[in-house]
Amino acid sequence: MTMKDRRARQQLRVWQVSVLVVTLVAWRLLSRNDQFAFFFGDPLVVAGRVWSWFLPFAMPPNQLFPEGLPGNADIYLHLGVTLSETMLAFGIGTVLGLGFGLWLALAPMWSAVFDPYIKAANAMPRVILAPIFALWFGLGIWSKVALAVTLVFFIVFFNVFQGVREVSPVVLANARMLGASRKQLLRTVYLPSATSWVFSSLHTSVGLAFVGAVVGEYLGSARGVGYLILQAEGVFDVNTVFAGIVVLTACALVLDGLVGRIERGLMKWQPWMGETEKL
Amino acid sequence: MSATAARALELRDISVTFRSREERDARYTAVASTTLEVGAGEFVSVVGPTGCGKSTLLNVAAGLLEPSSGEVRVFGQPLAGINRRAGYMFQAEALMPWRSARDNVMVGLQYRGVPPAQAREQADAWLARVGLAGFGDRYPHQLSGGMRKRTALAQTLALDPDIILMDEPFSALDIQTRQLMENEVLELWAGGEGRRAGPSPKPQTPSGGGREAPGGQHGRRKAVLFITHDLDEAIAMSDRVIVLSAGPATHPIGEFAIDLPRPRDVAEVRADPRFVALHSEIWAVLREEVLKGYAQQLKVAA
Repeated sequence: MTMKDRRARQQLRVWQVSVLVVTLVAWRLLSRNDQFAFFFGDPLVVAGRVWSWFLPFAMPPNQLFPEGLPGNADIYLHLGVTLSETMLAFGIGTVLGLGFGLWLALAPMWSAVFDPYIKAANAMPRVILAPIFALWFGLGIWSKVALAVTLVFFIVFFNVFQGVREVSPVVLANARMLGASRKQLLRTVYLPSATSWVFSSLHTSVGLAFVGAVVGEYLGSARGVGYLILQAEGVFDVNTVFAGIVVLTACALVLDGLVGRIERGLMKWQPWMGETEKL
Repeated sequence: MSATAARALELRDISVTFRSREERDARYTAVASTTLEVGAGEFVSVVGPTGCGKSTLLNVAAGLLEPSSGEVRVFGQPLAGINRRAGYMFQAEALMPWRSARDNVMVGLQYRGVPPAQAREQADAWLARVGLAGFGDRYPHQLSGGMRKRTALAQTLALDPDIILMDEPFSALDIQTRQLMENEVLELWAGGEGRRAGPSPKPQTPSGGGREAPGGQHGRRKAVLFITHDLDEAIAMSDRVIVLSAGPATHPIGEFAIDLPRPRDVAEVRADPRFVALHSEIWAVLREEVLKGYAQQLKVAA
């Protein structure tokens, strides 16, 4: 059974890798046409750009790169800026969402008062706030953080709100019978119950924090991966644009994996599929 | 009947009317002018057809639900808010799924400000008394239904309440587990050490240690108000059985003292001639209500 499982998984991996390989090869072959290469770039040049960005040593001329590759290692500053914007926005947005979510879910009066405004703020295309934030916070990292926070906040907020509303009434009544004060109820019932909802939203919100940061940079900045992409676009350097996209995607995947890791650590009380009776 | 001197719980002329949220004028009277009392140390069962408002009555006694009219008294004092002298065993799953069994048993002690180390020790002692020594680190989803009920029992008893309210606590269990648990509850109630009836996963913990800590007053029996729809269970366990009418406007229609000798074994006592006589006597009253309740449910469904 397990042998069969492993075989099946290996086969799946082979198929997944083949899709990537076929795509890259097709891309490479099509890019031999100059017109195509102008619009869609060349995967080899994209890979070369990533090399130059990350590695501090040059590659000597060879068959694939007849001119060789310089080792600039110059992306770290930009990547660091983008990532710190993302992490700050993610942290601030999550804490704010958690706080407001708990407060409004437990104060029906206030939630009724704020309801139309929250709906309106959520419906608004918030990316349009970027110029305003640039005006308020300047072209440094904080205008990008602010934009990304508005994206993260609502995701977390609505999930916490829902999470508190869906606390099992029996568990709640039981805690009250056991003598929980209001504060103790918040700490031992509402917060843990809302946490599981928050975690399911964190995967979405980490992605959106990234989107907010990059879009903010793209609209006006002097540093960051979004800035690099904007610069490359200005000189029709489509290869650098693609390289930027590749780097951003990889970072988003790493962040998502990190969230998943933390989630598994904190949510070990939840029965996972196929793992319900691991004793 | 209970001694008039020490009444643990009195429900006086309780009525509960719910108002429909959609239609302001639609009302449903679940319980109508019900008077009921439980003496200190007395085991009272309430039986009635399904959906007759038994749980409503228990929630009123717990202070979770305010009656539309009438008064609840706890050891002579009128009840306001949550009944602090009562423990409640719910019919549904009431354990916190994010806490291990030990942490679930501890939580009530923590609410009362017991220092963590001490609360932990008492929780482990109680888990051992309900036969779950060594299962403290498991999360509820890793425990069987019966084990979860034992944990809930330990959670309730760890606070040493004077009154225990039980809402069909064993209805979801299979019949064997159920009889084991009924016997254990009776034994714990009678002040015993519990856990003699069933097979023990571990040898009994040596006496001493945390043993004295949790219970404290083994000699004093707790008052129990036990809700069930199973007449056998009610007779086998109680000092007194109260029969409720079918809903709406449920009210007591019969009261029977159970004069079977204690200690009882819930499985063996069913063969007792006196049990059989009591059963047919109470069933005669209950049957009509069950049929009425069934007919009403069909009407609602139609």
